[in-house]
Amino acid sequence: MTFTSPTGIRNGFGQALVELGRTNPDVVALTADLADPTRVRRFAEKFPDRFFQMGISENDMIGTAAGLALGGKIPFATTFAIFGTSLANQPVRLHLGYNHFNVKLVCSHGGVTVGPDGATHQAFEDLALMRLIPGLTVVAPCDANEAYKATLAIAEYDGPVYMRVGRIDTPIVTAAESPFTLGKANVLRDGDDLALFCVGSMVPTSLEAADVLADRGINCRVVNVHTLKPLDEKAVLDATRACGAVVTAEEHSVLGGLGSAVAEVLCCLAPAPVEMVGVNDTFGESGEPDEILSKYGLTSEAIVDAALRAVSRKGSAG
Amino acid sequence: MKLDLEQLAHLAGQIRRDVVRMISAAGSGHPGGALGAAEIFAALYGHEMHHSADNITDPGRDRFFLSNGHICAAWYSVLARVGYLEPAELGSLRKMGSRLQGHPSREKWPEVVESSSGPLGQGLSVANGLALANTLSGDRGRVYCLVGDGELQEGIIWEAILSASHYGLADVTLIVSDNDLQIDGAVSSVKGIQPLGAKFNSFGWHAVEIDGHDTEALIGAFAEARAEKSRPTAVIAETVMGRGVSFMENLAKWHGACPSADETAAALEELGAAPGYTDYPPLQEVIR
Repeated sequence: MTFTSPTGIRNGFGQALVELGRTNPDVVALTADLADPTRVRRFAEKFPDRFFQMGISENDMIGTAAGLALGGKIPFATTFAIFGTSLANQPVRLHLGYNHFNVKLVCSHGGVTVGPDGATHQAFEDLALMRLIPGLTVVAPCDANEAYKATLAIAEYDGPVYMRVGRIDTPIVTAAESPFTLGKANVLRDGDDLALFCVGSMVPTSLEAADVLADRGINCRVVNVHTLKPLDEKAVLDATRACGAVVTAEEHSVLGGLGSAVAEVLCCLAPAPVEMVGVNDTFGESGEPDEILSKYGLTSEAIVDAALRAVSRKGSAG
Repeated sequence: MKLDLEQLAHLAGQIRRDVVRMISAAGSGHPGGALGAAEIFAALYGHEMHHSADNITDPGRDRFFLSNGHICAAWYSVLARVGYLEPAELGSLRKMGSRLQGHPSREKWPEVVESSSGPLGQGLSVANGLALANTLSGDRGRVYCLVGDGELQEGIIWEAILSASHYGLADVTLIVSDNDLQIDGAVSSVKGIQPLGAKFNSFGWHAVEIDGHDTEALIGAFAEARAEKSRPTAVIAETVMGRGVSFMENLAKWHGACPSADETAAALEELGAAPGYTDYPPLQEVIR
């Protein structure tokens, strides 16, 4: 299955889950009254015995998934990012974290692009909350093709995972043959003037920005950090050492997500100017996704500006 | 393991002595609920559950989840008494490096503690999930989960109660140690949860209300649960916090208080420990 035109990242997950249903009898799926939006509906229809509708009970869904994992199953528990990571944070900490059960928490509607639903439904902090839990792998694929591969990869991996998938149609920037290995960042574009680390829906935006920057004589190394944890520190260090200036871009708070993860590594091992593009410690609001992205500075223009600042700081004390 | 009623009474007594000594030695812990659940643990591990310390991971075994993890001293004790650990190890409760963590830890003792507990309300969801997995896999083991009555103030437990009846999880048995006490006082005064039998029945469960210190009644309730083929069963076991130690009985302060040396000696005397009693004797000396 290959996606060629813009589509929701979640659609790659939904397709892959059906494939897993065919190939792996241990895979089961749960949802909390969100079968359609999380894209588990097709799995539910094809494999009804292995699908558990938990109702509007996210905490119970995580605990039930834990019990299924204890019984040898590979449960994919699905809901919206804000509910899976914030509302159900305690059972996620206990069961995916401390108990290290083999549960895959896959959440759609991460980030700001829930749009008109407003601030209560927009998850700017899901990656940070999940990154704080010891032993949890945190993944955010950049398009539907990558989501497809990531879903197969996390099913194969024996351990707890949080995966964020987006709702709205976003460009396809990877191909069926593009590599995907959990924990290994992918260099999508080579360059030696600026290291541009990006994740999820901001990967296509970063590639756009890189084109603009190239026209201005700044060659970006665009690194898709699809696995936020464990972070591919080598890729971060290699790109930073080669380029000497860094921009991070994420549809997420600048606190605790990709920007923080990169800065945590660099401040210890390879200090360099870092500019972070993300949501600046605030809640969102209702609006169309593109309006919100624009207001909160999650655009290619914002990345270009950040890149110019980072490059201008090269060689300075920071 | 099928102990008779006299043996179960001895086992419950031994659990109580262990609990007092373990918590006294640890310098902290939760004696009240642990003492109140001694017969429940004795009936489960000494009679009801299909399990063996010699074959811990037998896929057909019955499974147990302690949701109110703070009363784990009683659980560790019964596990020692039926062969899952050397009784001497009970003295390591709550100490650095011990498998016997202050709240049960899967990380520290994965073969036995199937799911860590401590944050209240979490156990039944896991029990349900395991029962669903067993159904898919064709494993027939039953699943038991123990909660406290105050714990039923947690929202997640009612989500799980709905799930168990919705999915008709007849292999799940929930035991409520119903002592009407929690940290801030009587459950009925903090935030009442009665009538529990009517609540469980109306939530699609099979509710059985018994005296939680009557091992014969506990065994009977578990047999009723086994006979039930379409609904999960809630065994609402009326218990007394601190049972067996007169100065601890029915006092919320003993939820999480450690007895002094004098109190420990007085408690052990009341619990039938011989003068000079200092060790954790093996099961054979208890089960005559």
